[in-house]
Amino acid sequence: MTTTEKPDYKVIGTRPIRPDGVEKVTGKALYGADIHLPDLVHGAVLRSPYAHARILSIDTSAAQAMPSVLAVVTHKDLPVVSDKAVDTGEGMTTASDMSQNVLAAGKALYRGHAIAAVAAASAHEAFTALDAIKVEYEPLPPVLDVRDAMREDAPLLDESRHTKTPDRQLSEKPSNIAAHNHFEGGDVEKAFAEADAVVEREFDTKMVHQGYIEPHNGTANWNPDGTLTVWTSTQGAFAVRSALAELLQLPVSRIRVIPMEIGGGFGGKIGVYLEPVAALLSRKCGRPVQLTMDRTDVFQATGPTSGGHMKGKLAVKDGVITAAEVSLAFEAGAFPGSPVMAGAMCMLSPYEVANFKVDAYDVVVNKPKVAAYRAPGAPNAAFCVEQLIDELARASKADPLAFRLANSAHEGTRMITGVAHPRVGHEETVQAAQASGHYQSPIEGPNRGRGVASGFWFNAGMQSSVVASVNPDGTVNLIEGSTDIGGTRAALAMQLAETLGIPYDNVRPTVVDTDSVGHNDVTGGSRTAYASGQAVYEAGLDIQRQMVTRAAQLWECEAEDVEFADGALRRTSGGEETLTFAELAGKQMETGGPLQGRGSVVARSPGAAYGVHVVDVEVDPDTGKVDILRYTIAQDVGTAVHPSYVEGQMQGGVVQGIGWALNEEYYYGEDGRMENASFLDYRMPTSLDLPMIDTIIVEVPNPGHPYGVRGVGEVPIVPPLAAIANAIHDATGHRFTELPISPRHVVEELHNLR
Amino acid sequence: MKQIEYLAPASLGEVYAALQNGKTSAFLAGGTDIIVQLREGRKQVDQLIDVKHIPDLMRYGWTGDGGLEIGASVPFAEIYEDAEIARRLPCVIDCAMLVGGIQIQSRACFGGNIGNSGPAADTVPALIALGATLTLGSRDGTRDLPLEEFFTGPGQNVLAPGEVIVKVNIPPQPANSGAFFHRFIPRNEMDIAVVNVGARLDLDAARERIEGARVSVGAVAPTPLFVAAAGEALAGQAPTAEAFAQAADIAADAATPITDMRGSIAQRVHLTRVLTIRALQQALERAREAQES
Amino acid sequence: MRRTYVQTTLNGEVIDFLCEPRQSLLEVLRDELGLTGTKEGCNNGNCGACSVLIDDRVVNSCCVLGVEAEGSEITTIEGVAEGERLHPLQQAFLEEAALQCGVCTPGFIVAAKALLDSEPRPDEARVRHWLAGNLCRCTGYDKIVRAVLKASEMEEVSV
Repeated sequence: MTTTEKPDYKVIGTRPIRPDGVEKVTGKALYGADIHLPDLVHGAVLRSPYAHARILSIDTSAAQAMPSVLAVVTHKDLPVVSDKAVDTGEGMTTASDMSQNVLAAGKALYRGHAIAAVAAASAHEAFTALDAIKVEYEPLPPVLDVRDAMREDAPLLDESRHTKTPDRQLSEKPSNIAAHNHFEGGDVEKAFAEADAVVEREFDTKMVHQGYIEPHNGTANWNPDGTLTVWTSTQGAFAVRSALAELLQLPVSRIRVIPMEIGGGFGGKIGVYLEPVAALLSRKCGRPVQLTMDRTDVFQATGPTSGGHMKGKLAVKDGVITAAEVSLAFEAGAFPGSPVMAGAMCMLSPYEVANFKVDAYDVVVNKPKVAAYRAPGAPNAAFCVEQLIDELARASKADPLAFRLANSAHEGTRMITGVAHPRVGHEETVQAAQASGHYQSPIEGPNRGRGVASGFWFNAGMQSSVVASVNPDGTVNLIEGSTDIGGTRAALAMQLAETLGIPYDNVRPTVVDTDSVGHNDVTGGSRTAYASGQAVYEAGLDIQRQMVTRAAQLWECEAEDVEFADGALRRTSGGEETLTFAELAGKQMETGGPLQGRGSVVARSPGAAYGVHVVDVEVDPDTGKVDILRYTIAQDVGTAVHPSYVEGQMQGGVVQGIGWALNEEYYYGEDGRMENASFLDYRMPTSLDLPMIDTIIVEVPNPGHPYGVRGVGEVPIVPPLAAIANAIHDATGHRFTELPISPRHVVEELHNLR
Repeated sequence: MKQIEYLAPASLGEVYAALQNGKTSAFLAGGTDIIVQLREGRKQVDQLIDVKHIPDLMRYGWTGDGGLEIGASVPFAEIYEDAEIARRLPCVIDCAMLVGGIQIQSRACFGGNIGNSGPAADTVPALIALGATLTLGSRDGTRDLPLEEFFTGPGQNVLAPGEVIVKVNIPPQPANSGAFFHRFIPRNEMDIAVVNVGARLDLDAARERIEGARVSVGAVAPTPLFVAAAGEALAGQAPTAEAFAQAADIAADAATPITDMRGSIAQRVHLTRVLTIRALQQALERAREAQES
Repeated sequence: MRRTYVQTTLNGEVIDFLCEPRQSLLEVLRDELGLTGTKEGCNNGNCGACSVLIDDRVVNSCCVLGVEAEGSEITTIEGVAEGERLHPLQQAFLEEAALQCGVCTPGFIVAAKALLDSEPRPDEARVRHWLAGNLCRCTGYDKIVRAVLKASEMEEVSV
């Protein structure tokens, strides 16, 4: 479904094979843990067995004395850093929080918090040596639940932390509530008083993990001249470089970060965990050091996304959503920085709601510091709001999609922040879902139900920089700095090929290290195909301009008499000369030397994304198990550069959402231990748990991108939690407000077993 | 992982000798549990004894009277790919196909699943329902015991120092008998059972009345349970929904589960009832389909 | 600890190596033999990223000791293509966009090869069942399942 006449693209919209594909299907691609360096040694990290404890002393002398041990480091080996705010590329933190998260200082704030690290000849030796480090702890009561943490008498993670209040002051008393934000518009009380129906519920969600298959890794070589080289699997080599410069107090130019292939990130591979520790170990032992996490470490000591508590109240009058009052409290983990603000700003954005009051609380608890996870904050918040919308539709006796359409946001609608939407595609996406074969089909049979939900995500822009070199044979090397997690090499090469009017196969993209290209923000925020795509387009235009000048020089005419179109140069007046792209590429020496195009952008118009999901479920009333029978996702993608990869993003996001809805959770014991820190008991969906995921690509071009591209990667995870809950309600008549909607919860609810 | 020695004896005699060499030992068959336990520090031993090079432990076959003997180290995949076993003892296939994914089933084996003695072991309720016995071997000879008498607690069993599981013996099944193994997990594969149930029904020649039954439940007590009373309650009755429900109540009463990350007490007691009924229904269907074998 | 001498057939070639008994086959492949195509995802048998074939059966190499490889035939992802000729599964994974980050891909291809070697024409349900021991977090499995089904209908191809 395309809303406007689509330009006659030659490359965009096709489905070529990705440039890095053969290496990845033959096992030759090198990921972070695959790097082998001369003289490489291995490290291991000692982690806190307590969720909350004061560290009274760390005695590393016995470990240091072991012949196999080459170096031991603790927080003392990190330089003192300031409280200054650091933009990690997807969320803010402070340098000192980052430093304390890398190696605990004074207090262990979650089980798995790094305390010390060892380097030895082999990982086995390093791991064995950890036993020789003696740490004296004073265990403190852990704070594990967001509501407990918010109580006045709650044990404090940090006695010096005060709440940043909505009026930008600091609370008088210290608190685990790091920040409270407030949005308000219209007259909520009046709207509730005048409403036809009001629905009000509370919702709870648990921490969940991105679940990328590749564990974190970091390899560092600290040279005696004070330069540092780091190899790592990261979503942003430049973000790693900035973080290392801050943490290690080094000039940025001294650090070179080499991004290896990355085995999934979803937001979780932006922050640094192992890289600075490997750097410190390398400095001490004078050899390159490699650190890798095992799966338990990944669960316990990287950044999942927040669980939290939400309270929502919505009103409807004459089929119109008239008021929304929502309070969100999200767990940030050990340090501030939950995505609660993003959740707050997204949850009502599919709709026009005149009267609203929204409170958002960022709360620290004794769990790992959260990281970004695919549309951070938005799925939880949608779990709350989209279920209430479902109830309002029922109260209004309206079809749930028709109800959403009638209340839809559109160009000019103001979000709760006051910002007006540009051209957005929620209405078109709802209509596509309505028209789908899935929604048109009946849902029949006992214990079956259908649910729908909408989702919104801002998408990010930020900075990208590329260089494209034209080769004498007419092929082009594209040098870029966006790490490729799911096909962006292809998506960027396609946009350059489109701009230059040359075949896709003639563009060879390479992701390079931080010394070799200008700054690129992270591959995150659904920004790469959009923002780096824009940089690629700029580089293509730069080449076009230079080629026009060179052709004019060859033809001894004015540049305005030369046209670049369809991969060829043509004289438009005073002559008939033409040159193909390749022909002119072969004349570089006689026309001014090597031809390079550059593109550097701060992309400011990412174009928000909407998705509307339809899901059919069957609930086994005896066991509580929920089967996904059929799933259809309609999404506004702007322009689908590579439709297969667009579909892949949609399908992958949905399935992460299915896992989150039905089974995934951080399951904590009272002592603050995550008891299910393995792929066995942290139950991500397997192939056997799913049907095919049907996709409907809606194209409402983003006016802020030359090819109309919008980010596509994140919004698909926003609706599934609510859509599935709505379907389960349809099937059983029970409204589930707590995630995961696991067989345990379902069977306990249906059979009154709690 | 700490250093470890590896032995690959070629006979049971060598195994017995290795067990007496003064070092702490663990057996390595499929390795899908022990290697992980050692790596994660949940277990520590001096030596691993690989029991996959011992012919007695690597063979399976039918006995003269129609029973099936399965060497302790035969991988599950070999068992469930056997068409004859699938035809004659489908309940064995039920459980063998459920342990882990394909990768696990290529290596994991009955001896390992039983020897680990986990309360949720998937092969155990199936084998108890079938009336299986174990043959344990040591330097002093062998002894047989009913499988349900093997377990003494989570991860604990009656295996004496110097003793090894040699084989599982599934006796010839009565005519007009059917057995079924049913497991509940939150996903469709790759989980530890929340509850699992094995059930066998022996019908009379007319296939209208139950002559005997065996019910076993896992993951609801420190060891897999053989709920003899459930079987006794069924004996003599017609195979009706009421009879099955009554047996299921007895099984549920026998359950003393815990709440953990895999399930709650209430859920497990409830599932014990549900799965017992389902297993009995499926066993009944098999009994009715059963050919004289 | 003395290292143990092991002789085995790896991707069709008879090779030998020394390893410590505590080293898994996964570690030996990656650290001793330099074959890093086999990936570690969980190191405890729950994700299938380290899938290799031993004597034509697919196993998790994290749950096999290197010393156990003695006398066996091992196939890793590096041995799936024949020179420049990609295996149909590899070609189908590329054509169907069945990989995003690609880190689970070697395990899926090796596991799926074991399936197609024994059952050349599986249906969707069979493919989903067979691959349940391989976790992918990027694709939602849709395109992976399609790729395996497509490969089952393909002849071997050249790059």
